[in-house]
Amino acid sequence: MIALVIPIAMGLFALALLMNLYRLLLGPDMTDRILAMDTLMINTIALIVLADIRMGVGFLFEAALLIALMGFVSTVAMSKYLLRGDVIE
Amino acid sequence: MTVTGMPWLLDLLIAMFLLVGGLVALIGSFGLAKMPDFYMRLHGPTKASTLGVGCVLLGSLLYFSHQQAGLSVQEALVTLFLFTTAPVSAHMLAKAALHRRIKAVDRTRNKPFD
Repeated sequence: MIALVIPIAMGLFALALLMNLYRLLLGPDMTDRILAMDTLMINTIALIVLADIRMGVGFLFEAALLIALMGFVSTVAMSKYLLRGDVIE
Repeated sequence: MTVTGMPWLLDLLIAMFLLVGGLVALIGSFGLAKMPDFYMRLHGPTKASTLGVGCVLLGSLLYFSHQQAGLSVQEALVTLFLFTTAPVSAHMLAKAALHRRIKAVDRTRNKPFD
């Protein structure tokens, strides 16, 4: 059952990534692009975890954790830059 | 992939978690692509996508807890981190958008500016 479901879930996440890419390219304002980038990172985490289950290795979660960290820090830094004109005051 | 000795109920539960997670994340991204203004668009990824990825991570936690000995703590760590950081980044983005006075559609309510 799991082996059957994983390719379907990967396809769903690939579609979600394409929609995020559409918003990233088309976003009318800077904040839309930041939001699309953040969502892209979150969906990539799920895709990595699915690949981890499919390959059965069990150590790809470190990459997922790194991407989660980088996505959060970059989103907050870019929002802070838009808000204050500076990242670290 | 070897699923040797996994009870059918656990197998079904993990498969359901993965499928529901994928569907919910797709709905969130669809909302991000189709909503008319930024304040509506913020809802999709910050609620639906986080729930979807949380479902996938929960399924992964169950799977690896069964495959390896003991509870798989690393997956729980990713889930915890994601669930604590998503509201913070959404709050920062909303503050930045309000600061830049991004245009809203007429039916967006409680606008602090005109």
